[in-house]
This record gives sequence, C-alpha cells and structure tokens, in this order.
Amino acid sequence: MSAALRILTAGPAVTLQDGGRFGRMRFGVTAAGPMDPLACAVANAAVGADPGAPAIEISLGGVSIDALDAAVPVALAGGAFEISLDGRPVPGAVRLTLEPGRNLRVRAGAAGAWCYLAVGARIAVPPVLGSVATHARSGLGGLAGRALAAGDRLPLADLRTPDAPATLVAPCLERPGDVIRVILGPQADYFADDQIALFCAGPWTVSSRSDRMAYLLDGPTLRHAAGFNIISDGIAMGSIQVPGDGRPIVLMADRQVTGGYTKIATVIGPDLGRLAQLRPGARFRFEPVTIEDAVAARRAERDALAALRLEPLLRQDLGSELLLGLNLIGGVTSGH
Amino acid sequence: MTAISPRFLDAGEAALVVELGRSVDPAVHDQVLALDRALIALALPGVRETVPTFRSLMIHYDPLVIDRARLVERVRAVELDAGAPACATRWTIPCCYDAAFGEDLAEIAALTGLPEERVVALHAGATLRVYMYGFLPGFCYLGGMPPELVISRRATIRPPHAAGAVIIADGMSVITTFSMPTGWWVIGRTPERLFAPMRDPSFLVGVGDRLRFEAIDCATFEALAARVAAGEIVARRDTMP
Repeated sequence: MSAALRILTAGPAVTLQDGGRFGRMRFGVTAAGPMDPLACAVANAAVGADPGAPAIEISLGGVSIDALDAAVPVALAGGAFEISLDGRPVPGAVRLTLEPGRNLRVRAGAAGAWCYLAVGARIAVPPVLGSVATHARSGLGGLAGRALAAGDRLPLADLRTPDAPATLVAPCLERPGDVIRVILGPQADYFADDQIALFCAGPWTVSSRSDRMAYLLDGPTLRHAAGFNIISDGIAMGSIQVPGDGRPIVLMADRQVTGGYTKIATVIGPDLGRLAQLRPGARFRFEPVTIEDAVAARRAERDALAALRLEPLLRQDLGSELLLGLNLIGGVTSGH
Repeated sequence: MTAISPRFLDAGEAALVVELGRSVDPAVHDQVLALDRALIALALPGVRETVPTFRSLMIHYDPLVIDRARLVERVRAVELDAGAPACATRWTIPCCYDAAFGEDLAEIAALTGLPEERVVALHAGATLRVYMYGFLPGFCYLGGMPPELVISRRATIRPPHAAGAVIIADGMSVITTFSMPTGWWVIGRTPERLFAPMRDPSFLVGVGDRLRFEAIDCATFEALAARVAAGEIVARRDTMP
C-alpha cells in the first residue's frame, strides 16, 4: 500500500488538470488545463505548489474523496462550493490535512461552477506529451485520458509535512460575473457597429449545454455583415466564435486549436475564470477593453496571487471533534 | 529578401494573429512557414508557442514578458526570403482505397462523374501540402487536391469512420486520427498512425511537409497495420532538395 487519494464518488467532468499541455498546438493538441486558472493557482499556492501543479478540477457534480496510507495536505478554492469533512462543514476556501479514514466531500454550493483541490504532494500520474491535464475528447492525460470516477486512485509521492489548517483569504476570487471584459477581434470587422453594440449589451446567459470545450451563450442573435466562414486560423482560449446561426460560443480550455468561424472578440485572461464560474442562467454582458487594460488586469492578478493570505482556523470556528479531524492540534504542536 | 507587410489581429492580450494573405495559396503559406521558422530561431522571451495555419501565424505570448508593440516590431523586422523555401520533407503514406476502407468511394465517383479507378489514380497521384493541424491531435489538413476531386461536404453527417480514415471535401484531404462521425467523404484508410502519443516522434508530418498517398491492396493494408501495431513507422520519408 502506498499513499494515494481515492475517489469515492465523482459527478461527471471531474478531471485531473495541470497548467496545460503546451508546445504542440501546431499538431492540433489542445492545451486543456484549468477552466479557472486563478482559482487553481490559489489552491496550489496554499499547499506550497506551483500555480500549474496538478490538481483535481471539481465540477458541479461534486466528489467525495479519502486518503489512503498517509495524511495528505490539501487545499480547496474556486466557486462557493460546500465542503465537508466527515459530514461537518468547513470553510469554502481552505487548507486542511486529510487523514486516512476521513471523508472529504465537495459539492455544488451557492455559486460557481468549478472548485480545485490541490495536494501537498506530487500526484504521480505519468504525463502525456509533457502534461497530466485531461483532455477527454482526445483521450489524453489524467487517468487513461478520461474523467475521474468512483474507485480511481491517484498515487501520491513526495508528501509535504502538513501545515496547520487555515482559511484562504483570497479576495481575488471574489469576482462578480455580471461584466466580462473582452478585446474585440480578431474578426470584429465581420460585424457592423450595431451588431458589436448588441454583442456587448447582451444580456447573455450561459447555456446548460456548455462544457469544458465551449460555453454556449443564450441571448440576442448576431448578424454577420460579411459572411461567417473564414479561412481557418488559430483559436485562443476565450475566443468568442459566431457561427452562421448568430449564437456566440466562447471557446474554453478544451477548445480545438484552429477553426474556420468568425471570432468577434476574445475574453481577457483575467476574466476567463470569472466567466468559467458562471452557472447556466446567470446573466452578464461584455465590456470591450484595450490591450493595456487587459495587461494591467493580468498584473493585478499576479500581485493578488502573491499576496494570498492564510488565516489559521480557530477553535471557536469549529467543534473539537472536527479540529481533531483537521489535524489542527498535530499541526500546531509540530511547530508549523 | 523581402520584408513582409502583414495584418496584425489580436486574439486577446496573449495571442497575436499575423495574417500574411487573403487566400489559400502555397506562396502565402511559404511566408507563414518562413515567419514561423524565424520566430522559432529567435526564441524571443515571452513567446510561448506559434501555430501556423493556411495564411496566418498565431503567436501565443505572455504580455507580462513581451508587450504587443515589441512583439509586432520583432515580427516586422523578420525578413522572409520568399524565393527559397527551406527543404520540405516529402512523405509517402500507404492508403487502401478498396471498398472495405474507401467506404464512400462509390459516392465520390458518382459525384465527380469519374470511374472509381480514376478517382483513386487522381488522389494517389497528387502531391499534397500539409497546411495546418486542427480539430484533434494529428488531424492534418492537406491542400493541393486535383480540381476533379473538389466536392462539397455532405448535407448531413455520416456515421463514424475508423481512425486512419482518409477523408475529402472542399478541396482538402484529411488523415484522421480518431474515429468519429463526419460531414466529409471517406475515400480510403491508411494503416499508418499520424499521431501516437507514446511513440517518439508522436507526430509524423510537419506543417509545410509534402505528402503523397500510395494505393495498397487489402492484404498489404493488413500486413502494414500489424507492423504499425508493433510500433513500426511504415510511411516513407524523403527530403526534397
């Protein structure tokens, strides 16, 4: 027996992700990676891991997980999910130690669509083309190229010494989703000004048919001024494609790398997670910004990540039985 | 040496599309490839990855390392020698057009008004150019099809073909790497794997390579498929001067 995380139950689309599979887009290989890269980076930072370290991306379907053979430091961050340890609630953005025999459950809460479980250990899954990010459509990464399922075990190596349980103070994850910033183009010139205005105003909602590949938007129908087919070109994450039916599609982490439809605008990097966390039915509009604005927002995001704080969970926050489960006492006495 | 006059299109703050022409054209594509090679050779800090397509190059970059103005300046400074493209690698890819594999060959023949043997001779006789990858890993778009074989996509999607199916539509051929439904026409199947994640190399052909299909019979297909399954590469590779 060796240290592992065991998936006890998992809803659909719970996957192992890392920073992404880069370097082979020219061969049609999608980067994949987290839908909300900032939330994933926050969770990783809380366990001392790199922003792009492997983590479990939890969908609205939720998971329950236990640890085998070793106490495993974990951290969770993302949407407002409900997290519990042996049935007792813990804060929604938290670092704790998962002792063998305890059951960590994560399920959809008040808001948000994705939650990240980072691990203070190396998830010892062999990389494929340099990454463990799961791209289910092409069967690459993760465990056998598919989503995680009940009974799966993620072997762990190089476990870190657990730190005291803590709440993650990450104001950068408090992101209202009512305005999503975009840079117009690369094919905004295929639309007349009134259609660009309509695109910005919306209002839009994310369709329930959305997934890691694409967020389909419900709202006004856009009209092309100059046809909807282009000679295929590259597709960035966040590109908003408008096919012939005039209904925009935001291409997300599992998108194809090239395509032949007009792209009216691109969601800026810092707002990808904000959009990804919207649930079907949530209303929003688009706001065009300049490249300079987008770069400033990236810089602010980087600084916010560096300023992440962890506040120790106090006795009065939680019952004593739970504290034992969180390994608070052990963490304190061992001097961390 | 000619300096290029591209259009710069932003795909967000971290990807720049450098558009070098208005059409699918080998000369435009040669410029895309030359710019791609130049940027790879420059290895600019902040440039993460480039993706060559029919008439443009997508540059994925980190705007906190290299800003857009600087990147544009570096691209403008690249001098492309359009007259002398680098050596292109030439591939011969075995393809079985027998009805068992060329599932839609009869329909293609009917659409083009040509006998099946003529369709096969035209397809296997053409030297095709690898213009772009897309859709799924290893899924490459080949241009330069004989005009007689230019047919539109199907009105409705057909049932899934096997991985390795060679499909045609809209003046392109694609060698598929996954089984899936398609709106294209299945003309044949190759026993070769253009994508094998655990093989080195994982991908056989590069963008800009030239490629020709070689017609094989069913028995040869099965023999080659067995060798491919054992890890061998059966496509042949030559470098043109």
